[in-house]
Amino acid sequence: MENIIKYHIKNVKKGDHAAFEEIVSFYQNKVYHIVYRMVGDSHEAQDIAQEAFIRAYTNIHSFDENRKFSTWLYRIATNLSIDRLRKKKPDFHLDAEVKGTEGLDMYSQLAADQALPEEEVESMELQSYIHKEILSLPPKYRSVIVLRFLDDLSLAEIGEILDLPLGTVKTRIHRGRELLRKKLRHV
Amino acid sequence: MNCEESLALMHLYLDGDASEEEAQQLREHLKICPDCNQHYRELKQTESLLSGAAYELSAPAGFTASVMANLPKEKKRAGYMRWFRAHPVITAAAVFFLFMFTSVLSAWNSDSSVSVSKQEGLIVENDLVIVPEGVTVKGDLVVENGDLDIRGQVDGDVTIINGDLIEDPGTKVNMASVDNISGEYQEINRIFGWAWYHLKELVTF
Repeated sequence: MENIIKYHIKNVKKGDHAAFEEIVSFYQNKVYHIVYRMVGDSHEAQDIAQEAFIRAYTNIHSFDENRKFSTWLYRIATNLSIDRLRKKKPDFHLDAEVKGTEGLDMYSQLAADQALPEEEVESMELQSYIHKEILSLPPKYRSVIVLRFLDDLSLAEIGEILDLPLGTVKTRIHRGRELLRKKLRHV
Repeated sequence: MNCEESLALMHLYLDGDASEEEAQQLREHLKICPDCNQHYRELKQTESLLSGAAYELSAPAGFTASVMANLPKEKKRAGYMRWFRAHPVITAAAVFFLFMFTSVLSAWNSDSSVSVSKQEGLIVENDLVIVPEGVTVKGDLVVENGDLDIRGQVDGDVTIINGDLIEDPGTKVNMASVDNISGEYQEINRIFGWAWYHLKELVTF
């Protein structure tokens, strides 16, 4: 897969517009996932994820082809998310609760429309609950936790994406895991 | 092992960083310490809940199309620069030819004084070179930026660059003049012909 992506990137660098579509289509879910978990709101997430791809496109010539493209792309996405969080009001955590509730609404809406089986409704509610709890983490723990459970990223890669030393990544994962343990142990 | 050490080991173990020996020590401790055992179960549950949440999300429908529609239109200039960067050899060749061409052009424009290959017996009046009657010029004759009037004989090739062979309407001098040349006669007035001539000169000598 990595080779196919490299081939597409070469073509994008040559000015092939269409090759970028392949890249977007391949990474869209992962990038959206990261951003949605970071900012919590689906509209905002779509906006930021789109911005991340546009930035990747306009800066494609600064991408070193010897490195992993996903690392570079996720770095753009997490940086944009963190920037967006910083620009928000300091009462962000209260805000996040509200956003989380919106997420819950969305899931329950979906459940009502499609009349899903009971277990799936339960699963959706659980997912929504987990999402809310991830959002309640301070952003520095949230980013490592989100990345850790995405796409089998190694801790070293997470360090590269977030520009953190490996030791710091580990400490934050341990801390984030403890914080979530307290929130999720009664599930 | 105390509970603090055990807690640190739990995280190492969950990260996949614990050695087999450490894992064994942890298992021993969890058997005898109910608090740590509970703590470990909770961490393990957190991990599985999180990994279960990992693959749930997908981008909204039409996301890719939306990104593609919002990509900035590439600026023409940026496109050229990119092309130049991608093709350094062609760029170098293009720059070389550009310099060649401008120097040729400036040489063509600046060099407007009469010059003639050195032969005895020629008369030069302003822009006119005359081969007087009764004189036979030995060797090839080249006149640049001037006209040539042959009244005598030229024993060789004649080349006129940026000038004319004088034609007297009354007496078919032109025809006569050409007849007076024993070699080839060549008149060059176009810039490419001129450049080609110089290029040939350059290669020949």
